[in-house]
Amino acid sequence: MTDLIRYTAAETAAAVASGDVSAVEVAQAHLDRIDAVDTKVHAFLHVDTEGALSAARAVDEKRARGEELGPLAGVPLALKDVFTTRGVPTTAGSKILEGWVPPYDATVTSRLKAAGVVILGKTNMDEFAMGSSTENSAFGPTGNPWDLTRIPGGSGGGSAAALAAYEAPLAIGTDTGGSIRQPGAVTGTVGVKPTYGTVSRYGLIAFSSSLDQGGPCARTVLDAALLHEAIAGHDPLDSTSIDTPVLPLVAAARQKDIRGMRIGVVKEFGGEGYQAGVMQRFHESVALLRSLGAEIVEVSCPSFTYALPAYYLIAPSEASSNLARFDGLRYGLRTGDDGTRSAEDVTALTREAGFGPEVKRRIILGTYALSSGYYDAYYGSAQKVRTLITQDFARAFADVDVLVSPTTPTTAFPIGERADDPMAMYLADLCTIPSNLAGNSAMSVPCGLAPEDGLPVGLQIIAPALADDRLYRVGGAVEAALNDKWGHPLLEEAPVL
Amino acid sequence: MPGITREEVAHLARLSRLELKAEELDHFAEQLNAIVDAVARVSEIAADDVPPTSHPLPLTNVMRPDVVRPSLSPADALAGAPAAEEQRFRVPQILGED
Repeated sequence: MTDLIRYTAAETAAAVASGDVSAVEVAQAHLDRIDAVDTKVHAFLHVDTEGALSAARAVDEKRARGEELGPLAGVPLALKDVFTTRGVPTTAGSKILEGWVPPYDATVTSRLKAAGVVILGKTNMDEFAMGSSTENSAFGPTGNPWDLTRIPGGSGGGSAAALAAYEAPLAIGTDTGGSIRQPGAVTGTVGVKPTYGTVSRYGLIAFSSSLDQGGPCARTVLDAALLHEAIAGHDPLDSTSIDTPVLPLVAAARQKDIRGMRIGVVKEFGGEGYQAGVMQRFHESVALLRSLGAEIVEVSCPSFTYALPAYYLIAPSEASSNLARFDGLRYGLRTGDDGTRSAEDVTALTREAGFGPEVKRRIILGTYALSSGYYDAYYGSAQKVRTLITQDFARAFADVDVLVSPTTPTTAFPIGERADDPMAMYLADLCTIPSNLAGNSAMSVPCGLAPEDGLPVGLQIIAPALADDRLYRVGGAVEAALNDKWGHPLLEEAPVL
Repeated sequence: MPGITREEVAHLARLSRLELKAEELDHFAEQLNAIVDAVARVSEIAADDVPPTSHPLPLTNVMRPDVVRPSLSPADALAGAPAAEEQRFRVPQILGED
């Protein structure tokens, strides 16, 4: 039998639908792979062997009954541990939720199940999705399959590493400041932040509610499109869900023709702090887009240089409020309840014991930014910057169809290098944050290896809100042209684990 | 803009219900000072005539009909409780003794 773990999601679904392989065989092949390599990679916090095999059996039985299977039926998936799963532990990478078993499924979870997707388990992440390296997980870091001593990005490092290590062909992430795209970039995989409001947040443990957005992670652009279509769509359980039809993303991914598109290069992304090899691959990608028939224009978005500071006021402010729910009273950890302490003291002891340093830093920073006397200077000003960034995007998109930039300023850095230097860590999200603040869509697609370290570089494609199909049109064309040039997908150059 | 002091961090930690240790206070005060310094830049371009944006979507109140729908059973809702009693969450005392 061919190596099932190297199939794309589209190939797997086709093989299951035609009866060439059973969904159970596919699931078992991936569970065996996780068994073999995950002690090294540590992409998973929890592997749900029984649940995966039983979901796979259900797909096989459905096929045996002659029922039609959906486009992802029988395809295994790694789910970021920030989405609730009924009966399966969910931690958000935090000690405060260790051992918690949610009594309900997130909408993303239930849509995956309804599509016949086989959920293999829950992936590692920075605690409450706060971080860019997955080192902030309370359960230990994840290794980058390209070099296990380096970070796989974050916060969704587990999801991206699972793809790059062939532990799953599909994964789900969440992107609040770049947590899908940056891990995609540094692991040589595809990651998409959908337009805010198009993928339900119901059952997504909230970090920063006006920025959080779930989205697809995959090894190919087409697979990301298939997954994106499966999870998107209006959800009455999420009051910020947009009631609009799901765009034809799979068709856009298959189009592979960008002739006549106008593509803007954001001139503010580059210069100091950007690795030479990253910029080299980015400039080559721009030349490739031109050779494929796109018109390239330089655009200026001057407020983007204020996106990072605005983000580190807005996200912690919202987090300081959202994380108030972890009070040790109704679920999760409770510490110090010896019968003499008040509820307030028990809450404070529980939060001290249950939260890691980055979460505490952000709660304090957010509380500071919202406190009287500082509110206008910090949170208020950050909200104005958000308006200016949205206006910059609107001006740019009046002239061009999409924007492009490097996804990250550097390739994957060594584990530990920035662990206790928050400002250095925050810089990893320099190019991804503006789209979270404005709510539009963006994708990272592999565009080569940096010559100086041989590590993957991501090309970021940015589209207007509710024009996510443009990401797939451009991403699909770039991927096809590069695979042609290289003779194989980039990930085949990763070391064998 | 003034920096953030160790005393302020201690006060903010109390407001946030975080029982920080002394060494955490020292460490966070230093790091938060650097972060606050960096993020204070937002005021450079936040002119008076720029309206604030709190959310990317122009949604106002989203309402639904008030009808009874299936919901969690008491057993499910209490399944993750650190302590429960008589179908209720059991919590430490919230009022002083009397």
